Amino acid sequence: MNKTLGIIWRNVRKVEYILFLAPSFLGITIFFLLPFLDTVRRSFYDVRGVNFIGWESYISVVNNAAFRLAATNTARFVAICIPLLVVISLVTALLVRAIKPYGGIFKTSFLLPMAVPVASIVLLWQVVFGGFMRSDTAFWVLVFTYLWKNTGYNMILWLAGLDSISDTLYEAANVDGASRMQSFRYITLPCLLPTFGIVSILSLLYSFRVFREAYLVAGAYPHDSMYLLQHLFNNWFQNLDISRLSAAATMMAAVLLVIIILMRGFFDDKED
Amino acid sequence: MIKKINLCFVPLVALGLLVWWVIWFMVMGSLMSLEELNATIGPALVGDGGQVVWTILPTWPTLQPLVELLLDTPQFFVMFWNTFRLVIPSVLGQLVIGAPAAWALSRFRFRGRKILTTVYIALMLMPFQVTMVPNFLVLDRMGLIDNVFAVILPFAFSAFPVFIMVKGFDAVPRALLEAASIDGAGAFRTFWSVGLPLGTPSILAAMVLGFLEVWGAIEQPMTFLGDPTTWPLSLFLPQIVAEELGLAMVASLLMLLPAVLFFLFGQKYLELGIQAAGVKE
Repeated sequence: MNKTLGIIWRNVRKVEYILFLAPSFLGITIFFLLPFLDTVRRSFYDVRGVNFIGWESYISVVNNAAFRLAATNTARFVAICIPLLVVISLVTALLVRAIKPYGGIFKTSFLLPMAVPVASIVLLWQVVFGGFMRSDTAFWVLVFTYLWKNTGYNMILWLAGLDSISDTLYEAANVDGASRMQSFRYITLPCLLPTFGIVSILSLLYSFRVFREAYLVAGAYPHDSMYLLQHLFNNWFQNLDISRLSAAATMMAAVLLVIIILMRGFFDDKED
Repeated sequence: MIKKINLCFVPLVALGLLVWWVIWFMVMGSLMSLEELNATIGPALVGDGGQVVWTILPTWPTLQPLVELLLDTPQFFVMFWNTFRLVIPSVLGQLVIGAPAAWALSRFRFRGRKILTTVYIALMLMPFQVTMVPNFLVLDRMGLIDNVFAVILPFAFSAFPVFIMVKGFDAVPRALLEAASIDGAGAFRTFWSVGLPLGTPSILAAMVLGFLEVWGAIEQPMTFLGDPTTWPLSLFLPQIVAEELGLAMVASLLMLLPAVLFFLFGQKYLELGIQAAGVKE
Protein backbone atom coordinates (compact mmCIF):
# COMPACT_ATOMS: atom_id res chain seq x y z
CA MET A 1 0.00 0.00 0.00
CA ASN A 2 2.72 2.40 1.01
CA LYS A 3 4.64 1.41 -2.06
CA THR A 4 1.72 2.29 -4.32
CA LEU A 5 1.32 5.65 -2.63
CA GLY A 6 5.03 6.26 -3.11
CA ILE A 7 4.78 5.54 -6.82
CA ILE A 8 1.75 7.79 -7.16
CA TRP A 9 3.54 10.54 -5.27
CA ARG A 10 6.60 10.26 -7.47
CA ASN A 11 4.43 10.49 -10.56
CA VAL A 12 2.63 13.51 -9.17
CA ARG A 13 5.97 15.20 -8.67
CA LYS A 14 6.85 14.50 -12.29
CA VAL A 15 3.85 16.46 -13.52
CA GLU A 16 4.04 19.29 -10.99
CA TYR A 17 5.26 21.57 -13.75
CA ILE A 18 1.77 21.44 -15.25
CA LEU A 19 0.40 23.35 -12.26
CA PHE A 20 2.96 26.09 -12.82
CA LEU A 21 2.39 26.23 -16.51
CA ALA A 22 -1.37 25.66 -16.78
CA PRO A 23 -2.76 29.17 -16.15
CA SER A 24 -0.37 30.81 -18.57
CA PHE A 25 -0.75 28.11 -21.19
CA LEU A 26 -4.53 28.24 -20.97
CA GLY A 27 -4.52 31.99 -21.57
CA ILE A 28 -1.92 31.75 -24.32
CA THR A 29 -4.08 29.11 -26.00
CA ILE A 30 -7.31 31.10 -25.77
CA PHE A 31 -5.93 34.51 -26.65
CA PHE A 32 -3.07 33.72 -29.06
CA LEU A 33 -2.70 30.12 -30.15
CA LEU A 34 -6.29 29.32 -31.12
CA PRO A 35 -6.78 32.76 -32.71
CA PHE A 36 -3.67 32.11 -34.74
CA LEU A 37 -4.93 28.70 -35.90
CA ASP A 38 -8.26 30.33 -36.69
CA THR A 39 -6.44 32.91 -38.82
CA VAL A 40 -4.88 30.06 -40.80
CA ARG A 41 -8.27 28.37 -41.21
CA ARG A 42 -9.96 31.58 -42.28
CA SER A 43 -7.38 32.16 -44.97
CA PHE A 44 -8.91 29.18 -46.82
CA TYR A 45 -12.54 30.20 -46.31
CA ASP A 46 -14.78 32.96 -47.62
CA VAL A 47 -15.36 36.19 -45.72
CA ARG A 48 -18.05 34.67 -43.51
CA GLY A 49 -15.80 31.71 -42.71
CA VAL A 50 -18.33 29.18 -44.04
CA ASN A 51 -17.37 28.10 -47.56
CA PHE A 52 -14.01 26.58 -48.38
CA ILE A 53 -12.32 28.49 -51.18
CA GLY A 54 -8.84 26.93 -51.20
CA TRP A 55 -5.92 29.12 -52.20
CA GLU A 56 -8.08 31.82 -53.75
CA SER A 57 -7.31 34.45 -51.09
CA TYR A 58 -3.61 33.72 -51.29
CA ILE A 59 -3.62 34.21 -55.06
CA SER A 60 -5.56 37.42 -54.66
CA VAL A 61 -3.17 38.67 -51.96
CA VAL A 62 -0.01 37.87 -53.90
CA ASN A 63 -1.36 39.75 -56.91
CA ASN A 64 -2.47 42.69 -54.81
CA ALA A 65 -0.38 45.83 -55.41
CA ALA A 66 -0.88 47.14 -51.86
CA PHE A 67 0.28 43.85 -50.38
CA ARG A 68 3.38 43.80 -52.56
CA LEU A 69 4.22 47.35 -51.56
CA ALA A 70 3.66 46.65 -47.86
CA ALA A 71 5.55 43.35 -47.88
CA THR A 72 8.51 44.91 -49.71
CA ASN A 73 8.57 47.86 -47.32
CA THR A 74 8.35 45.65 -44.24
CA ALA A 75 11.12 43.35 -45.48
CA ARG A 76 13.24 46.35 -46.41
CA PHE A 77 12.60 47.96 -43.03
CA VAL A 78 13.57 44.82 -41.12
CA ALA A 79 16.61 44.17 -43.33
CA ILE A 80 17.93 47.72 -42.89
CA CYS A 81 16.95 48.37 -39.28
CA ILE A 82 18.13 45.25 -37.54
CA PRO A 83 21.76 45.29 -38.76
CA LEU A 84 21.92 49.05 -38.15
CA LEU A 85 20.56 48.69 -34.63
CA VAL A 86 22.82 45.74 -33.83
CA VAL A 87 25.93 47.63 -34.94
CA ILE A 88 25.02 51.01 -33.45
CA SER A 89 24.10 49.52 -30.08
CA LEU A 90 27.32 47.48 -30.01
CA VAL A 91 29.40 50.56 -30.81
CA THR A 92 27.54 52.51 -28.13
CA ALA A 93 28.19 49.73 -25.62
CA LEU A 94 31.91 49.74 -26.45
CA LEU A 95 32.04 53.54 -26.10
CA VAL A 96 30.21 53.45 -22.77
CA ARG A 97 32.68 50.87 -21.52
CA ALA A 98 35.60 52.99 -22.68
CA ILE A 99 34.54 55.82 -20.35
CA LYS A 100 33.60 53.44 -17.58
CA PRO A 101 33.15 55.61 -14.48
CA TYR A 102 30.85 57.99 -16.38
CA GLY A 103 28.83 55.32 -18.17
CA GLY A 104 25.77 55.57 -15.90
CA ILE A 105 24.42 58.85 -17.22
CA PHE A 106 24.65 57.58 -20.80
CA LYS A 107 22.95 54.30 -19.95
CA THR A 108 20.04 56.26 -18.53
CA SER A 109 20.02 58.60 -21.52
CA PHE A 110 19.90 55.84 -24.10
CA LEU A 111 17.35 53.75 -22.21
CA LEU A 112 15.03 56.70 -21.63
CA PRO A 113 13.40 56.74 -25.10
CA MET A 114 12.03 53.28 -24.35
CA ALA A 115 9.96 54.86 -21.61
CA VAL A 116 8.64 57.70 -23.75
CA PRO A 117 5.08 56.78 -24.80
CA VAL A 118 4.41 57.05 -28.51
CA ALA A 119 1.48 59.37 -27.97
CA SER A 120 3.73 61.85 -26.15
CA ILE A 121 6.16 62.29 -29.01
CA VAL A 122 3.61 62.40 -31.82
CA LEU A 123 3.34 66.17 -31.64
CA LEU A 124 7.11 66.70 -31.63
CA TRP A 125 7.61 64.23 -34.48
CA GLN A 126 4.97 65.98 -36.54
CA VAL A 127 6.71 69.28 -35.99
CA VAL A 128 10.21 68.00 -36.71
CA PHE A 129 9.51 65.51 -39.47
CA GLY A 130 6.26 66.84 -40.89
CA GLY A 131 7.99 68.11 -44.01
CA PHE A 132 9.64 64.73 -44.67
CA MET A 133 6.53 62.61 -44.29
CA ARG A 134 5.27 63.26 -47.81
CA SER A 135 8.35 61.96 -49.61
CA ASP A 136 10.56 58.86 -49.68
CA THR A 137 12.39 60.18 -46.62
CA ALA A 138 9.34 59.08 -44.59
CA PHE A 139 10.85 55.60 -44.57
CA TRP A 140 14.06 56.92 -43.05
CA VAL A 141 12.16 58.88 -40.43
CA LEU A 142 10.72 55.54 -39.35
CA VAL A 143 14.20 53.99 -39.31
CA PHE A 144 15.46 56.87 -37.19
CA THR A 145 12.54 56.52 -34.77
CA TYR A 146 13.23 52.82 -34.38
CA LEU A 147 16.92 53.38 -33.70
CA TRP A 148 16.18 56.26 -31.34
CA LYS A 149 13.86 54.11 -29.31
CA ASN A 150 15.70 50.79 -29.13
CA THR A 151 19.44 51.48 -29.03
CA GLY A 152 19.52 51.62 -25.23
CA TYR A 153 17.94 48.26 -24.61
CA ASN A 154 20.33 46.46 -26.94
CA MET A 155 23.25 48.40 -25.56
CA ILE A 156 22.53 46.98 -22.09
CA LEU A 157 22.41 43.48 -23.57
CA TRP A 158 25.77 44.02 -25.27
CA LEU A 159 27.26 45.44 -22.07
CA ALA A 160 26.19 42.29 -20.22
CA GLY A 161 27.77 40.16 -22.93
CA LEU A 162 30.98 42.20 -22.82
CA ASP A 163 31.15 41.99 -19.02
CA SER A 164 30.85 38.23 -19.13
CA ILE A 165 34.06 37.83 -21.14
CA SER A 166 36.84 36.84 -18.78
CA ASP A 167 39.80 39.25 -18.52
CA THR A 168 42.23 36.36 -18.52
CA LEU A 169 41.45 35.75 -22.19
CA TYR A 170 42.59 39.26 -23.07
CA GLU A 171 45.63 39.01 -20.83
CA ALA A 172 46.68 35.76 -22.47
CA ALA A 173 46.21 37.30 -25.92
CA ASN A 174 48.21 40.31 -24.81
CA VAL A 175 51.07 38.10 -23.65
CA ASP A 176 51.01 36.36 -27.03
CA GLY A 177 51.42 39.74 -28.67
CA ALA A 178 47.92 40.13 -30.12
CA SER A 179 46.94 43.64 -31.18
CA ARG A 180 43.76 45.25 -29.86
CA MET A 181 42.08 44.69 -33.19
CA GLN A 182 43.04 41.02 -33.11
CA SER A 183 41.74 40.64 -29.56
CA PHE A 184 38.46 42.20 -30.61
CA ARG A 185 38.16 40.05 -33.72
CA TYR A 186 39.18 36.72 -32.17
CA ILE A 187 37.99 37.05 -28.54
CA THR A 188 35.29 39.69 -28.21
CA LEU A 189 33.21 38.93 -31.30
CA PRO A 190 33.07 35.12 -30.87
CA CYS A 191 32.23 35.48 -27.17
CA LEU A 192 29.38 37.83 -28.04
CA LEU A 193 27.67 35.28 -30.28
CA PRO A 194 25.04 34.20 -27.69
CA THR A 195 24.23 37.85 -27.00
CA PHE A 196 23.91 38.41 -30.74
CA GLY A 197 21.07 35.86 -30.83
CA ILE A 198 18.95 37.59 -28.22
CA VAL A 199 19.78 41.05 -29.56
CA SER A 200 18.55 40.01 -33.02
CA ILE A 201 15.32 38.42 -31.82
CA LEU A 202 14.41 41.41 -29.64
CA SER A 203 15.33 43.80 -32.45
CA LEU A 204 12.94 41.90 -34.68
CA LEU A 205 10.24 42.08 -32.01
CA TYR A 206 10.68 45.82 -31.65
CA SER A 207 10.76 46.36 -35.41
CA PHE A 208 7.07 45.40 -35.49
CA ARG A 209 6.25 47.76 -32.63
CA VAL A 210 7.39 50.75 -34.67
CA PHE A 211 3.98 50.55 -36.33
CA ARG A 212 2.57 52.53 -33.41
CA GLU A 213 4.81 55.46 -34.22
CA ALA A 214 4.11 55.15 -37.91
CA TYR A 215 0.37 55.02 -37.35
CA LEU A 216 0.12 57.90 -34.91
CA VAL A 217 2.46 60.22 -36.78
CA ALA A 218 1.27 59.53 -40.31
CA GLY A 219 -2.16 57.90 -39.99
CA ALA A 220 -3.72 54.86 -41.67
CA TYR A 221 -2.52 55.82 -45.16
CA PRO A 222 1.02 57.20 -44.85
CA HIS A 223 3.43 57.88 -47.69
CA ASP A 224 3.99 54.79 -49.89
CA SER A 225 7.57 54.39 -48.71
CA MET A 226 6.47 53.59 -45.14
CA TYR A 227 3.28 51.67 -45.82
CA LEU A 228 3.92 48.52 -43.74
CA LEU A 229 2.14 45.18 -43.61
CA GLN A 230 0.51 46.26 -40.38
CA HIS A 231 -1.05 49.29 -42.09
CA LEU A 232 -2.44 46.95 -44.71
CA PHE A 233 -3.78 44.48 -42.12
CA ASN A 234 -5.37 47.32 -40.21
CA ASN A 235 -7.05 48.70 -43.31
CA TRP A 236 -8.29 45.30 -44.44
CA PHE A 237 -9.66 44.80 -40.93
CA GLN A 238 -11.51 48.11 -41.20
CA ASN A 239 -12.95 47.01 -44.55
CA LEU A 240 -13.83 43.55 -43.16
CA ASP A 241 -11.68 41.98 -45.87
CA ILE A 242 -11.23 39.00 -43.56
CA SER A 243 -10.11 36.27 -45.98
CA ARG A 244 -7.35 38.29 -47.57
CA LEU A 245 -6.26 39.64 -44.18
CA SER A 246 -6.02 36.07 -42.87
CA ALA A 247 -4.09 34.85 -45.91
CA ALA A 248 -1.60 37.72 -45.71
CA ALA A 249 -1.25 37.29 -41.93
CA THR A 250 -0.62 33.56 -42.36
CA MET A 251 2.11 34.27 -44.90
CA MET A 252 3.75 36.77 -42.58
CA ALA A 253 3.55 34.30 -39.69
CA ALA A 254 5.09 31.58 -41.88
CA VAL A 255 8.06 33.80 -42.67
CA LEU A 256 8.46 34.64 -38.98
CA LEU A 257 8.33 30.96 -38.04
CA VAL A 258 11.08 30.15 -40.52
CA ILE A 259 13.21 32.92 -39.02
CA ILE A 260 12.57 31.66 -35.48
CA ILE A 261 13.41 28.07 -36.39
CA LEU A 262 16.62 29.20 -38.09
CA MET A 263 17.53 31.16 -34.96
CA ARG A 264 16.56 28.47 -32.47
CA GLY A 265 20.15 27.47 -31.92
CA PHE A 266 20.66 30.71 -30.01
CA PHE A 267 18.00 30.00 -27.38
CA ASP A 268 18.44 26.32 -26.72
CA ASP A 269 20.44 25.88 -23.60
CA LYS A 270 23.03 23.21 -23.87
CA GLU A 271 22.28 21.66 -20.48
CA ASP A 272 20.24 18.80 -21.86
CA MET B 1 45.26 58.02 -22.84
CA ILE B 2 43.28 61.02 -21.64
CA LYS B 3 42.89 62.22 -25.19
CA LYS B 4 41.46 58.86 -26.24
CA ILE B 5 38.86 58.93 -23.48
CA ASN B 6 37.76 62.38 -24.54
CA LEU B 7 37.17 61.19 -28.08
CA CYS B 8 34.74 58.53 -26.86
CA PHE B 9 32.65 61.21 -25.22
CA VAL B 10 31.96 63.04 -28.48
CA PRO B 11 29.63 60.51 -30.15
CA LEU B 12 28.05 59.60 -26.82
CA VAL B 13 27.20 63.18 -26.00
CA ALA B 14 25.88 63.69 -29.52
CA LEU B 15 23.60 60.67 -29.18
CA GLY B 16 22.61 61.69 -25.67
CA LEU B 17 21.56 65.11 -26.95
CA LEU B 18 19.09 63.42 -29.31
CA VAL B 19 17.32 62.10 -26.23
CA TRP B 20 17.64 65.06 -23.91
CA TRP B 21 16.54 67.50 -26.57
CA VAL B 22 13.23 65.64 -26.89
CA ILE B 23 12.62 65.78 -23.15
CA TRP B 24 13.70 69.43 -23.00
CA PHE B 25 11.40 70.33 -25.84
CA MET B 26 8.45 68.69 -24.12
CA VAL B 27 9.05 70.44 -20.82
CA MET B 28 9.62 73.84 -22.40
CA GLY B 29 6.77 73.41 -24.84
CA SER B 30 4.35 72.90 -22.00
CA LEU B 31 5.48 76.16 -20.44
CA MET B 32 4.74 78.13 -23.60
CA SER B 33 1.59 80.10 -24.13
CA LEU B 34 -0.69 79.07 -26.97
CA GLU B 35 0.26 82.21 -28.90
CA GLU B 36 3.93 81.38 -28.70
CA LEU B 37 3.34 77.73 -29.69
CA ASN B 38 1.29 78.84 -32.67
CA ALA B 39 4.02 81.24 -33.72
CA THR B 40 6.92 78.82 -33.26
CA ILE B 41 5.85 75.27 -34.07
CA GLY B 42 2.38 75.97 -35.39
CA PRO B 43 3.44 76.36 -39.05
CA ALA B 44 4.62 72.73 -39.24
CA LEU B 45 1.26 71.42 -38.05
CA VAL B 46 -0.92 73.57 -40.26
CA GLY B 47 1.21 72.73 -43.28
CA ASP B 48 0.87 76.08 -45.03
CA GLY B 49 4.59 76.22 -45.73
CA GLY B 50 5.41 78.52 -42.82
CA GLN B 51 8.77 78.19 -41.15
CA VAL B 52 9.16 76.53 -37.75
CA VAL B 53 11.05 78.65 -35.24
CA TRP B 54 13.05 76.72 -32.66
CA THR B 55 13.42 78.40 -29.32
CA ILE B 56 15.44 77.03 -26.45
CA LEU B 57 13.50 78.82 -23.72
CA PRO B 58 9.96 80.13 -23.79
CA THR B 59 9.88 83.93 -24.07
CA TRP B 60 7.12 84.25 -21.48
CA PRO B 61 6.94 81.05 -19.43
CA THR B 62 3.38 80.36 -18.35
CA LEU B 63 1.54 77.67 -16.47
CA GLN B 64 -1.72 78.60 -18.14
CA PRO B 65 -2.01 75.52 -20.40
CA LEU B 66 -1.26 73.28 -17.41
CA VAL B 67 -3.87 74.99 -15.27
CA GLU B 68 -6.35 74.85 -18.12
CA LEU B 69 -5.76 71.14 -18.55
CA LEU B 70 -6.05 70.38 -14.85
CA LEU B 71 -9.06 72.59 -14.16
CA ASP B 72 -11.07 72.81 -17.36
CA THR B 73 -10.51 69.43 -18.93
CA PRO B 74 -12.19 66.82 -16.73
CA GLN B 75 -11.98 64.21 -19.49
CA PHE B 76 -8.21 64.29 -19.09
CA PHE B 77 -8.52 62.81 -15.60
CA VAL B 78 -10.93 60.21 -16.88
CA MET B 79 -8.42 59.17 -19.52
CA PHE B 80 -5.62 59.13 -16.99
CA TRP B 81 -7.66 56.87 -14.75
CA ASN B 82 -8.65 54.73 -17.75
CA THR B 83 -4.97 54.19 -18.50
CA PHE B 84 -4.21 53.04 -14.96
CA ARG B 85 -7.25 50.81 -15.04
CA LEU B 86 -5.70 48.99 -17.98
CA VAL B 87 -2.08 49.05 -16.85
CA ILE B 88 -2.26 47.82 -13.26
CA PRO B 89 -4.32 44.63 -13.74
CA SER B 90 -2.36 43.79 -16.89
CA VAL B 91 1.01 44.03 -15.16
CA LEU B 92 -0.18 42.18 -12.04
CA GLY B 93 -1.58 39.47 -14.29
CA GLN B 94 1.74 39.18 -16.10
CA LEU B 95 3.41 38.68 -12.73
CA VAL B 96 0.99 36.17 -11.20
CA ILE B 97 0.48 34.12 -14.35
CA GLY B 98 3.82 34.63 -16.04
CA ALA B 99 6.29 34.01 -13.21
CA PRO B 100 5.22 30.39 -12.42
CA ALA B 101 5.08 29.59 -16.14
CA ALA B 102 8.55 31.02 -16.65
CA TRP B 103 9.79 28.98 -13.69
CA ALA B 104 8.34 25.80 -15.20
CA LEU B 105 9.91 26.50 -18.60
CA SER B 106 13.23 27.34 -17.05
CA ARG B 107 13.58 24.81 -14.25
CA PHE B 108 11.51 21.72 -14.92
CA ARG B 109 12.65 19.12 -17.39
CA PHE B 110 9.71 17.66 -19.27
CA ARG B 111 8.94 16.47 -22.75
CA GLY B 112 7.94 19.24 -25.10
CA ARG B 113 9.64 21.96 -23.07
CA LYS B 114 11.76 23.15 -25.98
CA ILE B 115 8.83 23.17 -28.37
CA LEU B 116 6.74 25.06 -25.82
CA THR B 117 9.50 27.64 -25.37
CA THR B 118 9.62 28.09 -29.13
CA VAL B 119 5.82 28.49 -29.19
CA TYR B 120 6.09 31.28 -26.61
CA ILE B 121 8.83 33.00 -28.62
CA ALA B 122 6.82 32.68 -31.83
CA LEU B 123 3.66 34.08 -30.24
CA MET B 124 5.63 36.90 -28.68
CA LEU B 125 6.94 37.91 -32.10
CA MET B 126 3.58 37.81 -33.90
CA PRO B 127 2.41 41.36 -34.55
CA PHE B 128 -0.98 42.14 -33.05
CA GLN B 129 -2.57 42.42 -36.51
CA VAL B 130 -1.88 38.78 -37.36
CA THR B 131 -4.47 37.53 -34.90
CA MET B 132 -6.69 40.59 -34.57
CA VAL B 133 -9.71 39.08 -36.35
CA PRO B 134 -10.00 35.86 -34.32
CA ASN B 135 -9.01 37.82 -31.20
CA PHE B 136 -11.89 40.14 -31.79
CA LEU B 137 -14.28 37.23 -32.36
CA VAL B 138 -13.14 35.35 -29.23
CA LEU B 139 -13.50 38.43 -27.05
CA ASP B 140 -16.85 39.16 -28.67
CA ARG B 141 -18.11 35.68 -27.88
CA MET B 142 -16.97 36.14 -24.28
CA GLY B 143 -18.99 39.36 -24.21
CA LEU B 144 -15.89 41.40 -23.48
CA ILE B 145 -15.78 43.81 -26.43
CA ASP B 146 -15.98 47.40 -25.17
CA ASN B 147 -15.03 46.07 -21.76
CA VAL B 148 -11.62 46.90 -20.26
CA PHE B 149 -10.94 43.18 -19.85
CA ALA B 150 -10.76 42.85 -23.62
CA VAL B 151 -7.49 44.75 -23.39
CA ILE B 152 -6.35 43.51 -19.97
CA LEU B 153 -6.68 39.75 -20.48
CA PRO B 154 -4.56 39.42 -23.66
CA PHE B 155 -1.90 41.63 -22.06
CA ALA B 156 -1.97 39.65 -18.81
CA PHE B 157 -1.34 36.41 -20.73
CA SER B 158 1.28 37.98 -22.98
CA ALA B 159 4.25 35.74 -23.85
CA PHE B 160 6.89 38.47 -23.70
CA PRO B 161 7.20 38.78 -19.89
CA VAL B 162 7.40 34.99 -19.66
CA PHE B 163 10.32 35.07 -22.09
CA ILE B 164 12.14 37.73 -20.04
CA MET B 165 11.56 35.87 -16.77
CA VAL B 166 12.69 32.52 -18.22
CA LYS B 167 16.00 34.17 -19.03
CA GLY B 168 16.27 35.44 -15.47
CA PHE B 169 15.40 32.11 -13.87
CA ASP B 170 17.93 30.37 -16.11
CA ALA B 171 20.61 32.29 -14.25
CA VAL B 172 19.63 30.86 -10.83
CA PRO B 173 22.48 28.51 -9.89
CA ARG B 174 21.57 24.85 -10.06
CA ALA B 175 23.40 24.12 -6.80
CA LEU B 176 20.91 26.25 -4.86
CA LEU B 177 17.99 24.25 -6.21
CA GLU B 178 19.69 21.00 -5.33
CA ALA B 179 20.37 22.30 -1.83
CA ALA B 180 16.69 23.23 -1.47
CA SER B 181 15.67 19.81 -2.70
CA ILE B 182 18.01 18.06 -0.24
CA ASP B 183 16.49 20.16 2.55
CA GLY B 184 13.17 18.62 1.57
CA ALA B 185 11.65 21.68 -0.11
CA GLY B 186 8.92 20.77 -2.61
CA ALA B 187 8.50 22.37 -6.01
CA PHE B 188 6.31 25.19 -4.70
CA ARG B 189 8.51 25.91 -1.74
CA THR B 190 11.59 26.02 -4.00
CA PHE B 191 9.87 28.39 -6.39
CA TRP B 192 8.70 30.64 -3.56
CA SER B 193 11.86 30.72 -1.46
CA VAL B 194 14.61 30.35 -4.06
CA GLY B 195 13.21 31.19 -7.49
CA LEU B 196 11.24 34.34 -6.71
CA PRO B 197 13.90 36.08 -4.58
CA LEU B 198 16.73 35.27 -6.99
CA GLY B 199 14.66 35.99 -10.05
CA THR B 200 13.51 39.38 -8.73
CA PRO B 201 15.57 41.51 -11.15
CA SER B 202 14.11 39.91 -14.24
CA ILE B 203 10.63 39.78 -12.72
CA LEU B 204 10.85 43.53 -12.06
CA ALA B 205 12.37 44.08 -15.50
CA ALA B 206 9.42 42.25 -17.04
CA MET B 207 7.04 44.41 -14.98
CA VAL B 208 8.71 47.65 -16.05
CA LEU B 209 8.58 46.57 -19.69
CA GLY B 210 4.96 45.46 -19.24
CA PHE B 211 4.04 48.80 -17.69
CA LEU B 212 5.62 50.74 -20.56
CA GLU B 213 3.99 48.47 -23.14
CA VAL B 214 0.44 48.84 -21.79
CA TRP B 215 0.89 52.51 -20.89
CA GLY B 216 1.56 53.33 -24.53
CA ALA B 217 -0.76 50.72 -26.06
CA ILE B 218 -2.54 51.92 -29.18
CA GLU B 219 -3.75 49.00 -31.28
CA GLN B 220 -5.50 46.93 -28.61
CA PRO B 221 -7.65 49.67 -27.07
CA MET B 222 -8.35 51.07 -30.53
CA THR B 223 -9.64 47.70 -31.74
CA PHE B 224 -11.40 46.41 -28.65
CA LEU B 225 -12.73 49.55 -26.94
CA GLY B 226 -15.44 51.22 -28.97
CA ASP B 227 -16.63 53.68 -26.34
CA PRO B 228 -14.39 56.79 -26.24
CA THR B 229 -15.18 57.35 -22.56
CA THR B 230 -13.20 54.20 -21.75
CA TRP B 231 -10.20 55.18 -23.89
CA PRO B 232 -6.76 55.51 -22.36
CA LEU B 233 -4.63 58.63 -22.78
CA SER B 234 -2.61 57.05 -25.58
CA LEU B 235 -5.70 57.13 -27.82
CA PHE B 236 -7.04 60.45 -26.62
CA LEU B 237 -3.83 62.46 -27.03
CA PRO B 238 -3.29 62.17 -30.78
CA GLN B 239 -6.82 63.45 -31.28
CA ILE B 240 -6.39 66.73 -29.48
CA VAL B 241 -3.03 67.50 -31.11
CA ALA B 242 -4.62 69.20 -34.09
CA GLU B 243 -7.15 71.38 -32.26
CA GLU B 244 -5.61 72.11 -28.90
CA LEU B 245 -1.92 72.69 -29.32
CA GLY B 246 -1.34 74.07 -25.82
CA LEU B 247 -3.30 71.31 -24.12
CA ALA B 248 -1.65 68.64 -26.26
CA MET B 249 1.78 69.86 -25.20
CA VAL B 250 0.95 69.68 -21.48
CA ALA B 251 -0.95 66.42 -21.84
CA SER B 252 2.02 64.87 -23.67
CA LEU B 253 4.26 65.80 -20.80
CA LEU B 254 1.83 64.50 -18.16
CA MET B 255 1.52 61.25 -20.04
CA LEU B 256 5.28 60.99 -20.24
CA LEU B 257 5.88 61.62 -16.54
CA PRO B 258 4.48 58.43 -14.95
CA ALA B 259 6.24 56.29 -17.54
CA VAL B 260 9.56 58.04 -17.00
CA LEU B 261 9.24 58.00 -13.21
CA PHE B 262 8.37 54.32 -13.24
CA PHE B 263 11.29 53.73 -15.57
CA LEU B 264 13.77 55.64 -13.39
CA PHE B 265 12.50 53.79 -10.33
CA GLY B 266 12.94 50.45 -12.06
CA GLN B 267 16.02 51.22 -14.14
CA LYS B 268 18.42 49.33 -11.90
CA TYR B 269 16.28 46.20 -12.03
CA LEU B 270 15.56 46.70 -15.68
CA GLU B 271 19.30 46.72 -16.40
CA LEU B 272 19.90 43.67 -14.22
CA GLY B 273 16.99 41.89 -15.83
CA ILE B 274 18.10 42.73 -19.35
CA GLN B 275 21.60 41.62 -18.41
CA ALA B 276 20.32 38.27 -17.19
CA ALA B 277 18.76 37.84 -20.61
CA GLY B 278 21.97 38.76 -22.37
CA VAL B 279 24.33 36.24 -20.83
CA LYS B 280 24.16 32.51 -20.95
CA GLU B 281 25.54 30.40 -18.18
